[in-house]
Amino acid sequence: MGMSKTWVFIILLFLTLGEKDYSEFNAYDQSIEGTDLYFSMVPIPAGSFIMGSDNSGFLDEKPAHSVQIDAFWMSAHEVTWDIFELFVDKNYELAISEGPIGDQVDGLSRPSLPYLDMTFGMGKESKPAVGMTQYGAIQFCHWLYLKTGVFYRLPTEAEWEYAARAGSDARYFFGEKSSDLSEYAWIKENSEESTQKVGLKKPNPWGLYDIYGNVLEWTMDHYDPNFYKESSEINPLNPSTNLYPRVVRGGSFKHSADEISASRRFATDPKWKQIDPQIPKSQWWFPEAPFLGIRLVRPLETPSEEEIQAYYGQAPIDDY
Amino acid sequence: MTIKPKTTQNMKTENSRRDFIKTSAILTGGVLTSPFVVPGAYASSDNHLKLALIGCGGRGTGAVFQAFETGHPIRLVAMADAFQDRLDKSLKPILDKYGPEKVQVPKEKQFVGFDGYKQAIAEADVVILATPPGFRPSHFEEAVRQGKQIFMEKPVATDAAGIRRVLAAAEIAKQKKLNVVVGLQRHYQANYRETIKRIHDGAIGDIVGGQVYWNDGGVWVRERQPGQTEMEYQMRNWYYFNWLCGDHITEQHVHNIDVANWVKQGYPVKAEGTGGRQVRTGKDHGEIFDHHVITFTYEDGSVIHSECRHFPGAANRVDETFQGTKGKVYLSAGNHGNLSDWKGNSIYTHDRENNANPYQVEHDELWAALVKGDYKFADAENAAKSTMTSIMGRYATYSGKVISWEEALNGSVDLFPEKLAWDALPKILPNEDGFYPHAVPGKTKVI
Repeated sequence: MGMSKTWVFIILLFLTLGEKDYSEFNAYDQSIEGTDLYFSMVPIPAGSFIMGSDNSGFLDEKPAHSVQIDAFWMSAHEVTWDIFELFVDKNYELAISEGPIGDQVDGLSRPSLPYLDMTFGMGKESKPAVGMTQYGAIQFCHWLYLKTGVFYRLPTEAEWEYAARAGSDARYFFGEKSSDLSEYAWIKENSEESTQKVGLKKPNPWGLYDIYGNVLEWTMDHYDPNFYKESSEINPLNPSTNLYPRVVRGGSFKHSADEISASRRFATDPKWKQIDPQIPKSQWWFPEAPFLGIRLVRPLETPSEEEIQAYYGQAPIDDY
Repeated sequence: MTIKPKTTQNMKTENSRRDFIKTSAILTGGVLTSPFVVPGAYASSDNHLKLALIGCGGRGTGAVFQAFETGHPIRLVAMADAFQDRLDKSLKPILDKYGPEKVQVPKEKQFVGFDGYKQAIAEADVVILATPPGFRPSHFEEAVRQGKQIFMEKPVATDAAGIRRVLAAAEIAKQKKLNVVVGLQRHYQANYRETIKRIHDGAIGDIVGGQVYWNDGGVWVRERQPGQTEMEYQMRNWYYFNWLCGDHITEQHVHNIDVANWVKQGYPVKAEGTGGRQVRTGKDHGEIFDHHVITFTYEDGSVIHSECRHFPGAANRVDETFQGTKGKVYLSAGNHGNLSDWKGNSIYTHDRENNANPYQVEHDELWAALVKGDYKFADAENAAKSTMTSIMGRYATYSGKVISWEEALNGSVDLFPEKLAWDALPKILPNEDGFYPHAVPGKTKVI
């Protein structure tokens, strides 16, 4: 790149970005203090895209509509058991951490230890953590905030689709052919009915691995099949006061290629807790959702401490 | 309070294969004629079966939901728990969900404390027994004495003294033709039923070995609170005390051990093994071990390997595998049931999709029998013997010795406190540093 072109680029950058400081908007690794664990975050630039699909056979993806999204980082991988288990079990966190974990982390509300094997025999190392409720997923973000000082949260449904598309308006970020999906994703056709280690398939252009398949990923949104008819254009979010249904995205190792696309919307189902033998049912675990996990988001603009506390402080809803 | 233990000779007879099959026949066989007159209660003014819940934790509350979800005319009329707050937490969701017509448990029908179960049982036709397992023998005895129909949770005791009481009461329940369903819910889960039926029909020949596992990260801990007496603390944090829980080999792993007995159609003649406290060693972790590895030898000389551990961060495994002379099988609560021959050809693969919830099925089947006045279920004896198998495993790891079935079942060590009261002392007490003594293999006497 010649000098003049560089200058044009920099000027354009300022025109586009206004006063925001994007100088630190790069990929980074987030380490977990006191351990040798870390996870990778990649930058997702601000922009607009067409959300949903008018060509889809699913009515809930219509109408396709223009949406503008602010910049954020997204975790390159689905959250793995390696990190999630520290949150699940404080004694385990204490046992493997060097030094104290701090009073706030110590006092954090933690999941009930699951009465079932929540790996469902599929293994832990480098494999996505599965079966957590949205409340559990948000409390994991809270734990991360206390551990790292960085605000992590779940993606909105719109952020998820924007990131998954990575600029493409096709069915998948790589094109239209579902027969190619096996190169990019663990799906019914190639997973042998199990989650797989994260990051083994080709990533999307923005560096997101396993964005399709492996596990469904939590979003923040309430699932309303008609939401696209009324949703706002800028950073849309459909907040929810009901426990069900909520939006999960991306398909999983249990879904076949023709069930998965960038626009496909999945909804949580109370049946995923039917074999929980306890009442009230667990606020933390779905004993029949071994296909549901977490991908993290960090907004470029960190919200105020009040907003952060309001997000993490959402009370769980009794389930019975 | 104490029931005279049966003679060793009697125990041998009870442990015979023929006897096991006879018991199983009741489970799977047809309807026996029953003098049990549900209509006595059922024909009461408003045609409802009256239900009492004894032990108002999450599981007992869940069982009440499942009873109501059967759709039969049921009314919850009494509840008992050691703690008022646990009873309140249980009653609220039941009342919210099923309403004041079906849920009629006013203050005077809420029985709080150690002895309330007697009055609560007296109010009902059908009882759900779901306290920590240490209380099950006395609650089951009382429910049988009062002639009630029974759903009770596993395990059914925590030591041999308790098992002997449950076996004796189970006999009386049979004589009185009282239905008894036990929450070893794999017996009510389609993959287990379908697969094990095929094993018993000879699909993979004779079973010559097997491995059963409950390896995971462990369960909840309730830390000591200021002002608690020792008795209250142990009652709240009951998982970690053997008189209440029986150790996790009994409280959880009984499920998998029970599957081994079911597949083998008998109970082991001896157990040997090793175990200890490797990673769960805190003050709030009481006396139980965090791992047990056992070999159970059956009458025909075949050996089942059993493994249970609570190690966070380690690999999980909760399932059962068995090897036969003609093939092998894989079973799990995740609806697996795969039979194959030794060349890898599938003999049977259970369809894992759309299986019924076994916690619901056990109530669907029980209450269907109850409303018809049928006598169909006698789960208590097998549940007692499978619980005994797990206790025998614990005796083996705690003592480091080879333990025979007879020695185990006739064991004289009674873990239960002399007296149940909030100011009474359990037998197990912390030392001056707040830690509890635990078994030391080679030193500890268990029987």
